Amino acid sequence: MRLRSKTADRLAGWLFIAPQLAGSAVFVFAPLCLVLWYSLHEWNVLAGSFEFVGGDNYQALLDDPTLPSVLRATGIFSVGLVVFNLSLALLLAVLLNQRLRGLTVYRTLFFSPVVVSLVAWTIVWGFLLQSNGGINGLLHAVGVEGPNWLRTGPTAMVSVIAVQVFKNVGLNMVLFLAALQGVPGELYEAAQLDGASAWTRFRRITVPMISPTILLTSIITVVGSLQVFAQIAVLTQGGPGTSTTVLVYYLYQQAFQFHHFGYGSTLAILLFVIVLALTLVQWQLRRKWVVHEQ
Amino acid sequence: MSNKAKVLVYGLLSVLCVPFVFPTWWMVTSSFKPTSEIFAYPPKLLPSEWHFGAYREVFRLQPFAEQYWNSLYIAAIVTVGTMAVASLAGYAFARIQFPGQNAMFVVVLTGLLIPSEVTIVPLFQLFNRFGLIDTHWPLILVPIFGAPSVLATFIMRQFFVTLPKELEEAARVDGLGRFNTFRLIALPLARPALGAVGIFTFLNSWNLFLEPVVYLSSKDKFTLPQALTQYVDAYGGPMWDVQLAAASLTALPVLVVFVLAQRQFVEGLAHTGLKG
Repeated sequence: MRLRSKTADRLAGWLFIAPQLAGSAVFVFAPLCLVLWYSLHEWNVLAGSFEFVGGDNYQALLDDPTLPSVLRATGIFSVGLVVFNLSLALLLAVLLNQRLRGLTVYRTLFFSPVVVSLVAWTIVWGFLLQSNGGINGLLHAVGVEGPNWLRTGPTAMVSVIAVQVFKNVGLNMVLFLAALQGVPGELYEAAQLDGASAWTRFRRITVPMISPTILLTSIITVVGSLQVFAQIAVLTQGGPGTSTTVLVYYLYQQAFQFHHFGYGSTLAILLFVIVLALTLVQWQLRRKWVVHEQ
Repeated sequence: MSNKAKVLVYGLLSVLCVPFVFPTWWMVTSSFKPTSEIFAYPPKLLPSEWHFGAYREVFRLQPFAEQYWNSLYIAAIVTVGTMAVASLAGYAFARIQFPGQNAMFVVVLTGLLIPSEVTIVPLFQLFNRFGLIDTHWPLILVPIFGAPSVLATFIMRQFFVTLPKELEEAARVDGLGRFNTFRLIALPLARPALGAVGIFTFLNSWNLFLEPVVYLSSKDKFTLPQALTQYVDAYGGPMWDVQLAAASLTALPVLVVFVLAQRQFVEGLAHTGLKG
């Protein structure tokens, strides 16, 4: 009887994971192998030709005059987003963690953009950021002439970062808030008795205690920042020039607008390598400064 | 806390929430303004007269109701499908012992490192080969089985690990098979985790933009995010009033559901495996 249930369990285990496993094989791992294979080919859709060219696409990658600007835009966007997003999320979480009435209302307000359709949110901001739009209207009311936000280099990048941060910071805020509520109050009381200032308590108790959450949110946010597409497509179309052309947007242009499927695949491999490298780095950092782990 | 500190906290929060609240307010109110008033200096918080013309245009220019239905039914199938796939796999990884379990868990988790943007070129070719371009299949199949569902599986596993084993053991002694133990005992207990998975899967599907742009070409197949960007005049310039009306119709129902259920929403997300 016991033996039979053990065999049954083995079968059950595999059956339970079968949909996930088969799905991953077909829709994740096979395409990953294919994208590597495609990246070694010159693929002309119009002529219907598909030729093995070895490392030519990778050489083209190195020679691509646009790529440095694309990588710079991707880097600025990701770093800007992560820094702005995590610090704002932490600030909001600390403010909302006070014992005061009515803070749930604020929590709801800060979280609400998370559930607003991404493109709807982006369209509204696109409208507010027009040269004659709402933001400049408000600035005008206090006597400042605002720039054409989405049509000048630096402000376009700042705008897409800000729009994305306001959209999603609520998610990280909620995760931080849950982590803060898990920090035992006695730690603060003890520190206060020892005369530690609020800032010292924050730096020496709060930050180390919630470091696993900081790590988790930073991984999610970094990987998410590399996937940004809709905001760029709606707000700036990668412009002005190529100043907001991030990697995924460039990949989309190459593969689906110019039909360079081979080169597009090479860019996809580059994206994969970047995601992999960043995740490994963050995983290593975990050992250094994440204080406690379950 | 001193009164001064209280005022400071409330004041700071009130200022900070402007960029979170103002755009939604602006979107809804401006969709009722006459076009001339949308760009008025100084900006008006409420329309001087309420116009509904933009809402008529939303449905006249595109099959908006159909597009709304497309987004809804795709998100619903993806959500239910992901919950099924992820809870089954998550349960097996947490509870059942079988050979190759740990290796398979690692294999499945590597899927997290492969965002769908990386594989979109071969997936496009794959769906093309099976004649599924300009259908909704890619928008349904890829999320149910791809990277987003891997995260869901991980969350479900983390949750099932924390459930006390005794309940299930008792059920099994009573002769309940694995599947029924899962369905009747473990799954009902996993409601909070399932809720969190459901919410973020729904939002993910609801927001999908790159995939519809790549796979869909006929207007009656479009999903909402894509449809919103199609309200442009003959020169390709956005028709602001119509776009804002369509955006309001897209955003408001979800927002209302969220406000009504915000406690479950926020706390569900915070208190599951995502907590780390």
